[in-house]
Amino acid sequence: MTALPLISLRSVSRTYRTDGIAVTAVRNVSFDIAPGEIVAVMGPSGSGKSTLMNMIGLLDLPSEGAVHLEGANVAALSEDRRSSLRARSIGFVFQSYNLLARHNAVENVALPLVYCGVSRKERLARAEQSLQAVGMLHRAHHFPRQLSGGEQQRVAIARALIASPLIVLADEPTGALDSRTGAEILALFAALNRTGQTIVMITHDPGIATQCRRTIRLHDGELVSDETVAELLPRRSAAS
Amino acid sequence: MTMLQGFQIALHALRLNPLRSFLTMLGIVIGVASIVTVFAIGSGAQLRLQEQIRSIGANVLMITPGAVYQGGVRLKDGSKLTMTEGDVQAILEQIPEIQAAAGSLAGTAQVIHEGKNWNTTINGTTTGHFMVRDWQLASGRYFSGAEESGAGKVVILGSTVARELFAPGDDPIGAQIRIMKVPLEVVGVLDRKGPAQDDVAFVPLSTAKLRFLGSASNINRDSVAYIIAKVAADGQMAGARAEIESLLRQRHRIPAGQEDDFKVQDPAAAMEAQQGAIRTVALLLVAIASVSLLVGGISIMNVMIVSVTERTREIGIRRALGGRMRDIRLQFLCEALVLCLLGGAIGVAGGITLSMTVARMAGWVTSIDGEAIGLALAFSIATGLIFGFYPAHKASRLSPIEALKTE
Ligand SMILES: Nc1ncnc2c1ncn2[C@@H]1O[C@H](COP(=O)(O)OP(=O)(O)OP(=O)(O)O)[C@@H](O)[C@H]1O
Ligand SMILES: [Mg+2]
Repeated sequence: MTALPLISLRSVSRTYRTDGIAVTAVRNVSFDIAPGEIVAVMGPSGSGKSTLMNMIGLLDLPSEGAVHLEGANVAALSEDRRSSLRARSIGFVFQSYNLLARHNAVENVALPLVYCGVSRKERLARAEQSLQAVGMLHRAHHFPRQLSGGEQQRVAIARALIASPLIVLADEPTGALDSRTGAEILALFAALNRTGQTIVMITHDPGIATQCRRTIRLHDGELVSDETVAELLPRRSAAS
Repeated sequence: MTMLQGFQIALHALRLNPLRSFLTMLGIVIGVASIVTVFAIGSGAQLRLQEQIRSIGANVLMITPGAVYQGGVRLKDGSKLTMTEGDVQAILEQIPEIQAAAGSLAGTAQVIHEGKNWNTTINGTTTGHFMVRDWQLASGRYFSGAEESGAGKVVILGSTVARELFAPGDDPIGAQIRIMKVPLEVVGVLDRKGPAQDDVAFVPLSTAKLRFLGSASNINRDSVAYIIAKVAADGQMAGARAEIESLLRQRHRIPAGQEDDFKVQDPAAAMEAQQGAIRTVALLLVAIASVSLLVGGISIMNVMIVSVTERTREIGIRRALGGRMRDIRLQFLCEALVLCLLGGAIGVAGGITLSMTVARMAGWVTSIDGEAIGLALAFSIATGLIFGFYPAHKASRLSPIEALKTE
């Protein structure tokens, strides 16, 4: 890889301690992510995928080792600085969408910009652009309960994209959707990646993983494989 | 996130649950409304007292009839006129601290001028009365010596009586008015002193006795109903009072051990004491109202804690999307503040309405001052900050990962 890594993990471990019992969710994991990559993270349930994702997303810190974002050790940053970086540099997409039920689509999409100090007028203008990019502008003033799962996930993706983040982190973004809708969401991610957006996506679905150039596999918190394919397989049809 | 955004988010959240928001702020509403009302009534009462104190004049002692014994039976205070013009003379001449003194006889009567007539207090007295009360003339003159000794047919009008009897352009000086069929010439009109004071007409004491009260059987030729006396300086009040008491006991031949047949009062001091009592009662009521504010604060804290728990996931989402701990704290603090401020504003409006209703229905003077409103609002802001801080702090300390996992 020639480009400077966007994210780099060096011997990262994360151990949870509850009532004297230590659970190591991630153990000695190292890898880099370069700008423009799309990476699938796979592994059985409980293998540490979400824990890993939380550390990449600056929501959590490693117990050992170091996570670097654009060369800076995130553990050395203040809590406030990590929060600001989440607003500006990281876009989260969750399995359960996590839209605010009491705000409409455009307000949900604009939310990260509240924490970037952007004026309300500009927030809403940019949120509309972002909704346009995921094909949801016509539902801008609908509330989450008025939208289907796939539509909510599109709004959530628009929200993740609004601050033009360095990286989009998606934790099983299609996990709650039927395969057809899931394929549409996946196509959206693929299209975003073609415009240069770096994406890391947790998935259980091997079919989805084959759409990504690079796949990282975890097992019991350890990295068991990290494969990059030269050529993507032809896209599977949604019906199969 | 700015304060303004915090308030916008807070308003949005509170609008979604208007009934709950209103019930939450009810304690604050009641507390603030009570404080504003109590202040309005209390400061109204104080204003009225202060006006009365001013209208009496500074350093004035008032001597009224006291208990009288007739055949061993104690009669009601004031049932017999025990003071005389001789007492007035003696007080003036023998007590150096007394600058001026005057005796008065008073009653009510109809005063008539051409087509107009007006029922008012007729006070028979001497020019000394106006000196004691520092009461200046708006026009004309006081009584002359000849008028005072010779039952002159002259009258000095209080400003209310002058207004009622004469048209605005008319000069009352020199005009003839009639009181109980006696024609009198208006020689003076007094300055305004206050609504309760200005409704009066003064005639010379001798005129009152000879022409109006001649038939009253219980009145001795020399009697006066009360005496007012002006003491030269504030510090001499107590001394002058003691001297008047011993002088009058001696003149009235009251044996040692028997009750005085007169009372010497310091009306300003009595009113100041009353003012102090009003202040004490008002403070007590404010203390009670503060308890309501406290209960209101606790209720806000309670609802905020529930709200933080209910909205844990929202907090997790906001933290993941870049909200700093202080942004979350500000958001919930703003909610508590908005509740308290809104409650405070409603309370102020309610308090103003309530005190105006009290003023109308009970006929009390009330006065709403900015200070009381400012104090009430400051109280409610303080309540919001104090009781909002803990829930807001709790919200800000939530781990974003844990918060995102909750349902
Ligand atoms: N707060 C915590 N305290 C203790 N143990 C935890 C905590 N969070 C996660 N774990 C443990 O860490 C391990 C990895 O959890 P993680 O959520 O990362 O798995 P995952 O790969 O995302 O699983 P899934 O596919 O089911 O989402 C699990 O064994 C889990 O029990
Ligand atoms: Mg997971």
